Amino acid sequence: MRSDGSSSAPLGLKVAAACGLLFLHLPILLIFIYAFTTEERSFVWPPPGLTTQWFAVTWNRPDVWEALSLSVRVAAISTLVALVLGTLCAAAVSRTRFFGRETISLLVILPIALPGIITGIALRSAFSLAEIPFSFWTIVLGHATFCVVVVYNNAVARLRRTSGSMIEASMDLGADGFQTFRHVVLPNIATALLAGGMLAFALSFDEVIVTTFTAGQQQTLPIWMLEELIRPRQRPVTNVVAMVVVLVTLLPILVAYYLTQNGDQIAGSGK
Amino acid sequence: MTVAALNSNPAPAILPGSGGVRGSLSDLFWRRPKLLLLLMLLPPVLWLGIVYIGSLFALLLQSFFSIDEFSGLINRQFTLKTYGDLLQAANLDIILRTVTMAALVTFVSAIIAFPIAYYAARYARGRWKALFYLGIMLPLWSSYLVKIYAWKLILAKEGILTWLLAKLHLLWLLDGWLSLPVVGGNSLSVSSTGTFIVFVYVWLPFMILPVQAALERVPGNLVEASSDLGASPGQTFRNVLFPLALPGIVAGSIFTFSLTLGDYIIPQIIGTSRLFIGQAVYSQQGTAGNIPLAAAFTVVPIVIMGFYLWGAKRMGAFDAL
Repeated sequence: MRSDGSSSAPLGLKVAAACGLLFLHLPILLIFIYAFTTEERSFVWPPPGLTTQWFAVTWNRPDVWEALSLSVRVAAISTLVALVLGTLCAAAVSRTRFFGRETISLLVILPIALPGIITGIALRSAFSLAEIPFSFWTIVLGHATFCVVVVYNNAVARLRRTSGSMIEASMDLGADGFQTFRHVVLPNIATALLAGGMLAFALSFDEVIVTTFTAGQQQTLPIWMLEELIRPRQRPVTNVVAMVVVLVTLLPILVAYYLTQNGDQIAGSGK
Repeated sequence: MTVAALNSNPAPAILPGSGGVRGSLSDLFWRRPKLLLLLMLLPPVLWLGIVYIGSLFALLLQSFFSIDEFSGLINRQFTLKTYGDLLQAANLDIILRTVTMAALVTFVSAIIAFPIAYYAARYARGRWKALFYLGIMLPLWSSYLVKIYAWKLILAKEGILTWLLAKLHLLWLLDGWLSLPVVGGNSLSVSSTGTFIVFVYVWLPFMILPVQAALERVPGNLVEASSDLGASPGQTFRNVLFPLALPGIVAGSIFTFSLTLGDYIIPQIIGTSRLFIGQAVYSQQGTAGNIPLAAAFTVVPIVIMGFYLWGAKRMGAFDAL
């Protein structure tokens, strides 16, 4: 391993890697330019002119605000549920070995490993069999289910690094279980939980496939966008919303990255 | 961090027993750790078990129901009639088209992902490593719909790609490609080529991450030893790098394959009117109201993925996840 890093990459590899990264990023950058275009009817490039008027138009659209507010509420509640369930599960799995431990991990990962359409249609057919009407809570039910896994992954990675002797030390010093949790365990896993929560929020905020099956007539922001993509009504407004959505989802990812940077399996690889 | 937390909260070295309900609860958990474990596991297992596994069973159950063609009502009696409907030529066509697309997408994603993953694993250090990591992570987590929307902008007839090709005097190439059967169409945004490009774009990060993880574990001196022994770069790749990266590629292909099988939004927005499995499921449960057939359709990707995962496990792909 001594010579690692001293060699430099062959040119072909550099070019291929750079092209790959450009392929990943240029389309997203394009969204930012289109948000300012003066063109209303088509996706013409280059934009005939630049304007900021569509931001004002979007600001005054009640349907966008309603969809945004529903998305934020759903994401907040789902994140809370996922935080509680994911932490409990992670704590149980990492502290003790018990029969069926592997099954629990599989159970947590399954909702995200199977294609979203399966989760979606499964929930929908369960609702129809049980005759549950669509509501805010049916959306939350679906979202919380697949958000558990991101919190779980982050918490498990951190708990694995936390040494068990600290908990024993705390107990030896006379703290009871609740005090140990409050003063020793929680401060240790707090940033991992925060990162997991951020990622869960981003995941829920962006989810569309499961949501189309569990929302009924309600519109979350991604469903609003989907409608616009299928039947465009006002393209410039869609452009602006797209740009805002990119910014809103990127911030939690960056924060989660900085929270878990040192040493953990870094947040986000488990999407 | 723990030390800081304790210091900021000065407490006697040995805390007195807290007594009361909380104290006895804490003592109980200490004496019976199994009880605590059970209480911790109960909420998540109940939630996932009832909401998720329960729903999956409901789905499986529905696929054995059938729909009454005249009234459109669901007949809740066990029958294999729905599975018989599934095996009609039109439906088999949909399944074949989806599986072919998934295989192509997986193959091309692996080719594009490899150089990025290899560079990130072997050459990127320090700040560059972080940059590469974010460079893969940000597109992975960017909004799915926005990514599709971006490609609608790019592939539109009046969009940036046509403009670029016109500047390069290569429009004849695009027109020639679009005039081909199957892959062509009116414009790229309504052709299967467009669907393919967007699938590759959206799932690419899912391929890069496991391949990179697999390559991180290949010691650099293995590659050097191979070239010291006289292998050309091509031979080193074929005989050393590729076999070691294969579990990672298979792990990545689980994602690209499974996600393509289940997606219904990408082919709906960018592509032809020929259906994919996901779209068939969606239209059967929605407009057609035929939940049993939709349920039977979803069993197809589950079975395919079951076989796929079984094969992947045999190749040791799960160690690379």
